[in-house]
Amino acid sequence: MAVIITTMAITTTTTPMFDYDFMRTAFAAAGIVAVLSGIVGFFLVLRGQTFAGHALSHVGFTGATGAVLFGLPPLAGLVGFTLLAGFGMGLLGEKFSERDVAIGMMLSLALGLGLLFLHFFTSYASQAAALLFGNVLGVDNQALLSLAILAVISLVALGFIARPLIFASLQSELAEARGVPLRFVSTAFLMIVAIAVSECAQIVGVLLVFTLMVGPAAAALSFTRRLYAAVALSAALALLEAWGGLTLAFYSDWPVSFWITALSGLVYFASLVNWGGIGRGAATPA
Amino acid sequence: MSALSFDQVSIKLGGRTILAAVSFAVENGEFIGMLGANGAGKTTLMRAALGLVPLSGGAIRILGQPTTRGNGAIGYMPQARGSFVGTRLTGYDIVASAAGGAGWGLPRLDAATRREIDWALDMVGARDLARRSLGEISGGERQRLLLSQALLGRPKLLLLDEPLISLDPGHQKSVVEIVKRLRDELKIAIIFSAHELNPLIHAIDRVLYLGAGKAVLGAVDEVITGAVLSRLYGTEIEVVRIRDRVFVMAGDIDVERDAHRHDHDEDGGHHHDHGHHDHDDAHV
Ligand SMILES: Nc1ncnc2c1ncn2[C@@H]1O[C@H](COP(=O)(O)OP(=O)(O)OP(=O)(O)O)[C@@H](O)[C@H]1O
Ligand SMILES: [Mg+2]
Repeated sequence: MAVIITTMAITTTTTPMFDYDFMRTAFAAAGIVAVLSGIVGFFLVLRGQTFAGHALSHVGFTGATGAVLFGLPPLAGLVGFTLLAGFGMGLLGEKFSERDVAIGMMLSLALGLGLLFLHFFTSYASQAAALLFGNVLGVDNQALLSLAILAVISLVALGFIARPLIFASLQSELAEARGVPLRFVSTAFLMIVAIAVSECAQIVGVLLVFTLMVGPAAAALSFTRRLYAAVALSAALALLEAWGGLTLAFYSDWPVSFWITALSGLVYFASLVNWGGIGRGAATPA
Repeated sequence: MSALSFDQVSIKLGGRTILAAVSFAVENGEFIGMLGANGAGKTTLMRAALGLVPLSGGAIRILGQPTTRGNGAIGYMPQARGSFVGTRLTGYDIVASAAGGAGWGLPRLDAATRREIDWALDMVGARDLARRSLGEISGGERQRLLLSQALLGRPKLLLLDEPLISLDPGHQKSVVEIVKRLRDELKIAIIFSAHELNPLIHAIDRVLYLGAGKAVLGAVDEVITGAVLSRLYGTEIEVVRIRDRVFVMAGDIDVERDAHRHDHDEDGGHHHDHGHHDHDDAHV
């Protein structure tokens, strides 16, 4: 193992990372997705809806495999299906999106259906692996553009509902009394989550969306007690983990998604140790 | 013009009658203690005043105007006080989330908004508390913070749903003192629901008692009587006073009857289904 790493390191010192076109694209894609995931994921954690986010990613798997079956780009299927599911969950109400069993059942059903779609296309085994565990190095310029456009739309929408979303996340009864349309806000939010999850699946795969959407946000919440600092920190941590993962993968030749999950896990568990911590600096792994 | 008036208000939830043709009026600057057993409808009454519960009859007016959802004239402290997954967030950020929280767009904490938040925190002496995280402060301190949040927007009517819940007597007393001071300084009407009368008895102007779909509003001496409460509970109730404390007891509990029996008269009115006691709007 050590030998492989050394040889990789030698070859790459001769060719810097950013000389490769696919690496530049991967950095851009990972950067966009990480910032979006860090910010959207923060609210997901704040609202205690992380499991709903997880389930949405599995619905995305069904959508993506379904899309492939019909000869459409997987991203279209991912976004379309998760958006629909997010909309449905929002309409069914807060009660549903917090109910573990209902969500768990939906998650299994979606994954089962995805498996069926795959069954019809046995040759797509590698595509399945890419969906499940991500393939940031396979992102082309076309996909990068889609990611960028979707991210901008989501962030603008999130900015629009930010005030009532924060209010309703912290104190839903009071927010309702002050005239916040809870159902609308939560549905809109779940649809934003759907887009973020779809983007995230492109980088780390549907099985690992927690790593960028939940890990950095949860860590940020234990590193700072201020709301806006926590949002910013969550985005920064996600970015750091995504880029750090890419870099480590380039020099080690191990999978990108592995490195991102490793960094995300490291930061999260470090945040648990540093309990009453305040310093932002403590958040960066060595 | 009354701060809050209920005119023949009926409310049905899930096929059950919660309030049956209830009428009363709370005047400006009044501190009202609202009492009633679990499920008597205290929370429902407040939510109805906020326009969150559909009425099956009657009308509710706030400062002479019909209720509307999101009415800025009402400050509210819900009984379910939020989930606070982010209990590590500072009290300030939690309180601030309500400032302009009903608008759209990014949160805007301009100087005027911050001054307003500081004013609300100062009213309950919570400016320093707000710097700490919600997870680090005691239950009583948390109530104070949430109370200050209800003051944002300078309401004319304050609805406080069980602010004393899970507080020890010392903290109960301090919360009641703060609320009383709010009434004196801001001259606003306050409805304060509770399960026990005694922590409130010296502070409140009148008491609003709920039971069996009815509501009776009046001075403590007029409402907290065996006759009235027996009617509201639908069972024989005895009221016992020991010095200046009042004890409300179900009939079969025997506590020093002979020494402290008071206004215990039988009027045989303790069987009722919903509705129809003509003398029920016995508010004075
Ligand atoms: N959405 C609803 N649908 C059906 N019934 C409801 C609903 N909300 C409340 N109720 C019923 O209305 C009654 C009054 O409830 P409410 O919460 O107002 O009582 P409360 O006086 O505040 O009680 P507590 O002291 O326990 O807080 C209860 O019997 C409750 O079960
Ligand atoms: Mg209640």
